[in-house]
Amino acid sequence: MSGSTTKNKSSFIQILQSMVSNQIFIPIAALLLLALFNLIVDPSFYSITLKESNDGFSTLQGNLISILDFGSELAILAIGMTFVTSASGGQDISVGATIAIAGSAILRILCGDNPRPSELQAPIFVAVIVGCIVAMLFGAFNGVLVSFFNIQPMVATLILFTAGRSIASWINNGQLPDVSFEPSFGYWGTYIPGVPIPTPFFIAVVCFIVTGLILKFTTLGLYSQSVGINESSAKLNGLNPKMIKLVTFVILGLCVGICGFIKVSRLSQINYSVIAKDIEMDAILAVALGGNALGGGKFNMTASILGAYVIQFLTTTLYKYGVSADALPAYKAVVVILLVVFSAPTVRDGLSNFWKKNFGKKAVKEVG
Amino acid sequence: MAKEVTNAPVEKKKKVGMTDSNLLLVITVGVFFAMYLGAIVFEGEGFLKPQSFMNMLNANAALIITACGLSLVMITGGIDISVGGVVALVSMTCAMCLDEWGGNIFISILIALGIGLAFGIVQGLLVAYLDIQPFIVSLAGMFFARGMTTIVNTKPFNVANKDFVALKDYRIYIPGLGSYNNAKPPKFIEAYISIGVVVAIAVVILMFVILKWTRFGRNFYAVGGNRQSALMLGINVKRTRFFSHLICGLLAGIGGYVYFLYKGSGSATNAAGMEMDAIAASIIGGTLLTGGVGNIIGTFFGVLSLSTIKDIVTSAGLDDPWWTGITTAGMLCLFLVIQSIIMIYKKKQD
Repeated sequence: MSGSTTKNKSSFIQILQSMVSNQIFIPIAALLLLALFNLIVDPSFYSITLKESNDGFSTLQGNLISILDFGSELAILAIGMTFVTSASGGQDISVGATIAIAGSAILRILCGDNPRPSELQAPIFVAVIVGCIVAMLFGAFNGVLVSFFNIQPMVATLILFTAGRSIASWINNGQLPDVSFEPSFGYWGTYIPGVPIPTPFFIAVVCFIVTGLILKFTTLGLYSQSVGINESSAKLNGLNPKMIKLVTFVILGLCVGICGFIKVSRLSQINYSVIAKDIEMDAILAVALGGNALGGGKFNMTASILGAYVIQFLTTTLYKYGVSADALPAYKAVVVILLVVFSAPTVRDGLSNFWKKNFGKKAVKEVG
Repeated sequence: MAKEVTNAPVEKKKKVGMTDSNLLLVITVGVFFAMYLGAIVFEGEGFLKPQSFMNMLNANAALIITACGLSLVMITGGIDISVGGVVALVSMTCAMCLDEWGGNIFISILIALGIGLAFGIVQGLLVAYLDIQPFIVSLAGMFFARGMTTIVNTKPFNVANKDFVALKDYRIYIPGLGSYNNAKPPKFIEAYISIGVVVAIAVVILMFVILKWTRFGRNFYAVGGNRQSALMLGINVKRTRFFSHLICGLLAGIGGYVYFLYKGSGSATNAAGMEMDAIAASIIGGTLLTGGVGNIIGTFFGVLSLSTIKDIVTSAGLDDPWWTGITTAGMLCLFLVIQSIIMIYKKKQD
């Protein structure tokens, strides 16, 4: 074996190692794995067709487009969830229920007291702003419980997790309002006439840009990470950990509000027990798949967002192979457990030792 | 009456120097009696009948059992939100076993225990030995159990197995306790309890004895109170945490069967929100989320308090389906905040 190839080989291993140690590697590897699986089993998974819809405009249809579509709302949630996870070291499990509340509030503003109005009772943007504010208030409620009363995030959010859908149906007196008579409301969750790409994707892109700007030009990212890594030393450094935790929950509330708007806009109506069902699992999974520590601290927003799309990829793949929507959580739970097991410190150390023992020696031998 | 009760613990604490556990227990028992008295006074005589109290026990036997397991996990400093899912999975699998797969009662009980144990062992291993956050593990457990329930069977159905129906309808009459009905002449009807209540009371007594008087039981408190010092005392922390999850899983399995006996049906929507009820009952019963403090008797009264307030809400005319969820959440929220304030206050005192 000549010297140059060994050198190449070792530098190749180095590149590989630096790639593997990069956080973004985890979601990309998962994505490639899923993509490869679909390519081998059934390449028609990737077919995209241009279909003409009822109103004469053509839109793109296909599995990839639906991943882009439904993954976007998940990605918006993942942004907020990443902040919360980073600062408070716990997750918000009430996001699905709060989406129901926000959606219900939006429809209540649009319809007024009559669930079947002949015209909108308020402009759409007013309803959306009210929905977002309602969701942010509920986020602040969670945040106050977590930061000022020192309750573990998941227990604090458990309150809304079960009560949220009840509150949502209470907002509309248990009725199911319908605004499908107003097509412009539906544009936000489906397609804007003439644009073949689903609108939620554009909303998500705006959210990504805003988040990117916030992370670039404010200290929110740094602060929430330092609170998550060590709360008392962050306090000694002059930060206010309680306020920062509260702010992250309010940001998640805003994300939930936007997501609720997209959700109700998709169907122009609401079903309290079904809307955004089990989405909290997906959002947490997105954060975990992004390689972020679920115990708080450092985070990588790009990885989280990518993680959200990978989760949607997984969901779409499972749907394609005939898994019913009710049974989906069982499969995802297995994925979550595998992810957390492999990211657990004890397992990681064991694996890296194993790697060193078996592959480290070989490299030495070859060089020798 | 209510005023006396709420004042009592504060005074006692100053005089005797009560432990956290006793203080919270007194609050819980006081709250329960105050609420039950309030219900009798404001909602009428219905609450005074022995049978209505027994019905409360009959309906909540499963919740008492699962909440006991959950309290144990919370005393050890963990949490388990998969219990509701496990109960649903057990009831669905047992229903299928009895009606579709040709099993008998004995096999179905074994299945229930097996499912509970399996969840307990897997979650315990992940939490104790791999040191993964109990919340993440049990959240995954909950979704797994709910998903599996629909994989086992999607359609809800009532079980028609004869032996099972006989067991389900078996009533244990309590001699001497009962009330006269409205018939003329009034006939004395003895109050009855179901088999589930007997199991639940046995579980409560057993757990109470274990936690109070055995080294095995007191280890849970030590680990929950301070893991580091428990380790230094020579307690096997990992094994203790593992056993807390194992027992919780087992009790969720037993609770699942008792729930199944009460409902007599398999359905994917069974035990919806039960994890929330169980956690709320434990917290109302004085179990601290931070671990190390808790009492099984308190949990028992926590379940009864929760059930009383639900009854009050329903009989007060707020019978829209959303009110029960909102009240439970409100109760949980209230007690969480009270606990948190007590702890902050205590910290300042120290």
